[in-house]
Amino acid sequence: MNEFFLSRVGVLVAIVFAALYISALLYIESETMVGALVIGLAILWLVGNRTGSSGRLSATIRKNTRYTGTLSLIAVITVAAFFYNDHFNLLMLTTVMIFVVACIGLNIQFGYTGLLNFAGAAFFGAGGYTAAVLTSNTAMPHLVVLLCGGIVAVLIGFILILPVLRTRGHYAAVVTIAFSLLFRTLVEVNQVLGGAQGAPVSGLNLFGWDFNKNFEIGGFEVSFYINYFIFASLLLLISIIFSRTLERSWIGLNLDTIRLDEVAAMCFGIDIARWKTTAFAMGNFMLGVVGAFYATMLGFIAPNNFTFGDSLIMVSIILLGGIGSIPGIILAAAIVIILPEKLQAIEEYRFLIFAVGVILILLFRPNGLIRRRMRIFPGVIVKADTSV
Amino acid sequence: MCESMRAFGGITMRVIMDFALFTQFIINGLMQGMVYALVAVGFTLFFGVLDIIKFSHGDVLTVGAFAGLTIYLIVASIGIASPWVILVLILVFSISVTALLGAVVAKFLVIPLKQARAPALNILLITLMLGTALREAVRLFFPDGSSSKAFPALLPGGAFELGMLSLRFDSILLFATGVAVIIAMHTLITRTKLGLAIQAVAQDEETSKLMGINFEAIVLMTFMLGSAVAAIAGIINGLYYNEINFTMGLLLGAVGFSAAIIGGLGNLYGAILGGFLFAGLQTFAVVVLPIPIAYKDVFAFGVIIILIAWRPTGLIAETSSERV
Repeated sequence: MNEFFLSRVGVLVAIVFAALYISALLYIESETMVGALVIGLAILWLVGNRTGSSGRLSATIRKNTRYTGTLSLIAVITVAAFFYNDHFNLLMLTTVMIFVVACIGLNIQFGYTGLLNFAGAAFFGAGGYTAAVLTSNTAMPHLVVLLCGGIVAVLIGFILILPVLRTRGHYAAVVTIAFSLLFRTLVEVNQVLGGAQGAPVSGLNLFGWDFNKNFEIGGFEVSFYINYFIFASLLLLISIIFSRTLERSWIGLNLDTIRLDEVAAMCFGIDIARWKTTAFAMGNFMLGVVGAFYATMLGFIAPNNFTFGDSLIMVSIILLGGIGSIPGIILAAAIVIILPEKLQAIEEYRFLIFAVGVILILLFRPNGLIRRRMRIFPGVIVKADTSV
Repeated sequence: MCESMRAFGGITMRVIMDFALFTQFIINGLMQGMVYALVAVGFTLFFGVLDIIKFSHGDVLTVGAFAGLTIYLIVASIGIASPWVILVLILVFSISVTALLGAVVAKFLVIPLKQARAPALNILLITLMLGTALREAVRLFFPDGSSSKAFPALLPGGAFELGMLSLRFDSILLFATGVAVIIAMHTLITRTKLGLAIQAVAQDEETSKLMGINFEAIVLMTFMLGSAVAAIAGIINGLYYNEINFTMGLLLGAVGFSAAIIGGLGNLYGAILGGFLFAGLQTFAVVVLPIPIAYKDVFAFGVIIILIAWRPTGLIAETSSERV
């Protein structure tokens, strides 16, 4: 009982620390202080791994998902309340959450099914352009616009993936790389989509609530980005629950089997083409929806934001975090997006730094920062606990 | 009668004009095809010996072209004026740089992962990221690297005039160089001891080791060879267009990769065929199809993807004896 209580306190301390850390990182302007914070975290990380406390912590988190989830939610709300009138930091936090959702989508293809998709940013952009066209030309409800963003990404994905389902391995890589390289050309030449200059996107408006207006709560003027922040948190929550449920279901098992051994999967009667298509569609849907949402938040969309380099950044997030691991994606997305913004010194070098980082990770720590755990089914846990 | 004659004359005139333009497109397509073929040969060599995709190949080409430009700038500042001397220096330097780079990549990235039995995916990813790192390094560390750089025109100017048709000397020379490189590669692989060793490693790693072949040395040699060819392709590209930039390798890499696949990965002739096929599709899109020129790559990649779906192992079917 005491052990149980202590471990829960440990989780609480960890979450409070994470919330304080991220707030401090965003709040501090001085680059030296940011650098010191980053180095401090790296040292803490190493110490935690050496002493085994991070292992114990993650074990507790996995046993108490609901408790951890509730605490994290409270922490997120607290951080948002702290930055209630700070446009820039809210925008950054929301961007991190959007990229986390996008990478969770990519992770279903990449981490679970082993399906290479080097066009993450292009599918993300396809959703964004759908939002641009639909919000400026139609009076479609914006919730439907977001869904359409996802559907367009899925349809483009079908056109790409169906021809190569007969093939294996590297062929999906060729197709997605080609699409990723050509997406910019396709958009730039098309004047309907605004050409190289880009296109405006109107802000979200759900059920009469205008997302682009500051509002007041109890006399405090609140930044309109809070709207986007809350909606992004909802999307994130839904996608985490979806991805976790998928992973634990028989579908997730099928996908993992396909990644690990296609021949064995076929022997067990798993229809590879069907599940690859499904995984590709699920991932692209998430990329498209969140891309549409991102476009409405920025209010503007241009071909330059969806290059091959940006797709590689998404892949880097997954690899740095640990293939298949959602906590890893959250950590890596925060690093990859916040650091270049806070440290202007490295902004120019970010592609180089992350590329080298991924090379080192692949060479020396292929499981990433937080490796994906084997799925444990509830029944098995109970047995293991009683036997100890 | 007279009217119709004049009209007829007008049409012939336009046909002849178009013919000159048309040959220009064909020559351009052939040059482009040669560059693609040289890049594809590298992909096919690496796949042959190690069954891996080395995606940094296109960016190795960029490094080769920029190494050539660097040595040109140094030599020009010293005051050597003879274009032939400069050309030889450029070739020697940039081939050495890329060959070394290829060997380093194989030694420190590819072979360790291969020996650790990492998934093939990881090797593709690590070389993809290495390509990004190389590309960014060129952009960041070459003076004003983010804008296009003029590549010197070192070959003699002038052209053969054959009636309406004019053939630039430099195009002929560059094309002949490409052909010579391909023939040399072919001779090296089929006629020399090194080539036999490469073929043996490609066919069966274990057996080749039993036959006393130094596996690692052969793999390193193959990577040096492929990368050297990439440097030559980069310089041919630079001399032909008189312009290089840090992203040139990205698209060339993707094209070379798909050309190698469509020809049948591991098949030398297939890679060459694939390269010219890709350039042919691009030329077709520009000359015949009523679409914006920017879409020529979209069309070519689209056709290639359909071809891959139709013939997943490539147009020339792979047999184990023809891996290299």
